[in-house]
Amino acid sequence: MDMMSALEDAQKDRFSWTGMSQARRREALYGLMFISPWLIGFLLFYFFPMIASAVFSFMDFELSQPDEATFIGIDNWARLFNDDTLRQAIVVTFAFAIISLPIGMLSAFLLAVLLNSEHLLGKNIFRTLFYAPTMVPLIAATLIWAQVLNPADGWINRMIEWLGFGSFFGGDVRGVNGLRWLNDPARPNLVWIAYTFIGLWGIGNAILINLSALQGVPTELYDAAKVDGATWLRRLFSITVPMVSPVIFYNLVLSVIGLLQFFIVPWVLNGGDGSPEGRTMFYMIHFYKQAFNFQNMGYGATLAWLMFFIALAITLVLFGTARYWVYYSGELDS
Amino acid sequence: MTGITTDHVNLKQKNDFISTVRRQETITALLVTSVAVLILLVYLMPMGYALVTSLKDKSQTAAINAPLLPSTPQQFEYEGETYDIFYVPQEDGSVEEWALIQGRRRGANDFVDPANPEAGIIEWEGNWRALDAVWEPNVQWSNYPDAWNFIDFARLLWNTLVYAIITMIGMVSASAFTAYGFARFRFPFKNILFILVISTLILPPQVTLLPAYAFFINVLDWGGTWLPLYVPAFFGHAYHVFLLRQYFLTIPREMEEAASIDGAGPLQTFFLVILPQAGPALTASALFHFFYAWNDYFGPLIYLAGNRDAQPISIGLAEFNGLYSSEPQLILAASVITLAIPLGIFFFAQRVFVQGIVITGVDK
Repeated sequence: MDMMSALEDAQKDRFSWTGMSQARRREALYGLMFISPWLIGFLLFYFFPMIASAVFSFMDFELSQPDEATFIGIDNWARLFNDDTLRQAIVVTFAFAIISLPIGMLSAFLLAVLLNSEHLLGKNIFRTLFYAPTMVPLIAATLIWAQVLNPADGWINRMIEWLGFGSFFGGDVRGVNGLRWLNDPARPNLVWIAYTFIGLWGIGNAILINLSALQGVPTELYDAAKVDGATWLRRLFSITVPMVSPVIFYNLVLSVIGLLQFFIVPWVLNGGDGSPEGRTMFYMIHFYKQAFNFQNMGYGATLAWLMFFIALAITLVLFGTARYWVYYSGELDS
Repeated sequence: MTGITTDHVNLKQKNDFISTVRRQETITALLVTSVAVLILLVYLMPMGYALVTSLKDKSQTAAINAPLLPSTPQQFEYEGETYDIFYVPQEDGSVEEWALIQGRRRGANDFVDPANPEAGIIEWEGNWRALDAVWEPNVQWSNYPDAWNFIDFARLLWNTLVYAIITMIGMVSASAFTAYGFARFRFPFKNILFILVISTLILPPQVTLLPAYAFFINVLDWGGTWLPLYVPAFFGHAYHVFLLRQYFLTIPREMEEAASIDGAGPLQTFFLVILPQAGPALTASALFHFFYAWNDYFGPLIYLAGNRDAQPISIGLAEFNGLYSSEPQLILAASVITLAIPLGIFFFAQRVFVQGIVITGVDK
């Protein structure tokens, strides 16, 4: 863990400009020169904007009328508790996360196990082809999925009909009364399944990271388990899953943070109006409308900070649970 | 005598055993591979649908009982006019393929038998709307040039390419500089600064977005231009700094020490010794940024608002989807054109690319 060792080193930092030899001073100056692009960028695009953003959250500030901006105390923060759309947005974002996260992460893990199988012929070709959809620009993938899910001629509904699952959905699969994945007022939750499908075209990186972790599991462990008569399933749960759990944890943290930012798909496919039945009113959609449609910088900044606190809380909770289920093989050595 | 026979039998058993194991292994391999093929087909199915539908005629995309592959209704020319051909059931149970000349709500409909037009009009009683059309394979290659022109793809492509390449140059060079500083030099607060680099990765971008937006739009008056997206790229990004630093750390110091003994300064060493050895990492970093820029939707959406001439592909494609929702074949053709370039680059450069993902994903 690079971050941990950096934290420990940070405590050892001693700063004494005059105590340095001339060579060390020269080295320090060159070091600062090399990192100066990032350092200036950090001040300009992170440090000052963060302070400004915190200030914004205590202001009534409309972008079109900057002269009329006033401080209003904690009104924006108080508004968070009376904002029905916000409550809906949080529920929608988490409900969708609960559906799509397990499906996405499990698919990535199982596909990596498949791609790592010693029995698979033509591994490289499969690896490339399973990764390919991740390279499709999100907007193109979104539009392609919107069409393949269309109720009349789309292949998803055709497949469901062909497999004879029509009765499962109570009658027509195709046509006007069929499954309207993206906007079915009678079955509004379908849109979350549809978005989950679209998300499956973006799991390529998770597959690759899982795969490289699988390749790092020492084969002796499997050989020993085989000698002890462990079945394939037993080996999967007792060796593979614990050994790659750090990578599963890493993917989980990234996916949760990513889902809070979920925007393009609901924006392009459902126009940002929450249809059907409010099921696509995601957090980012609400933020976008407040900040850019209504130009309300003050409340927009408050929503941004709330998102930060939610992300931070989730990350901390995940890190807190990590010691119960994430196995770092390095810990044995220390 | 007996010894030889036993040896012979043992050898035979051993061979049998080996061939059984081999056969089992072959069967398992075929089974696993077939499962993989099946999953892959389902996974890539939308791609197939996009390709097939992008070659269909508009009339087919709206018809419910049309064949799967690109086809158009078969037509027949009769006395200077063209008519659609239908499957018409006969009283004796057979089915004829006739061209519909005149369909009526009630009473007899007028048909002509294309095989025997001289026989003239044939009357047929029944609901002609319930008849199935006769389709013939017909591929509409023209959808691609049509989509290209409709959407003014050349302009979108140019805007996207300029954005991707300019910011790629800025991003990779600024990040490489910073990464080298962190990889090789000792300076005050280095570790705290590096923690800051990493923490900007976790910070939701929305937290800094609105002040930056207000500054770019109100103070600098950059609204409707690409500048708010170009300029920040020249200050690097934590993701690339991290990736390149990890790679620089693996380069042995000997050559740099030799260069420094020969009198090269740190800048010379960086350009002449480090950069030439960092090819794979620089390429991975450049590719990642290129794909990011190609995908970027939110940035152009908020900063270019209103300036249609400056639109990149992502925005243009989404707008096209909203305006021409009744032309799915053109939307899909445009989507296929959009994905062709990044996918092509990926197939070409996948080794470098995969390495980069693994470096950033596993070391963190």
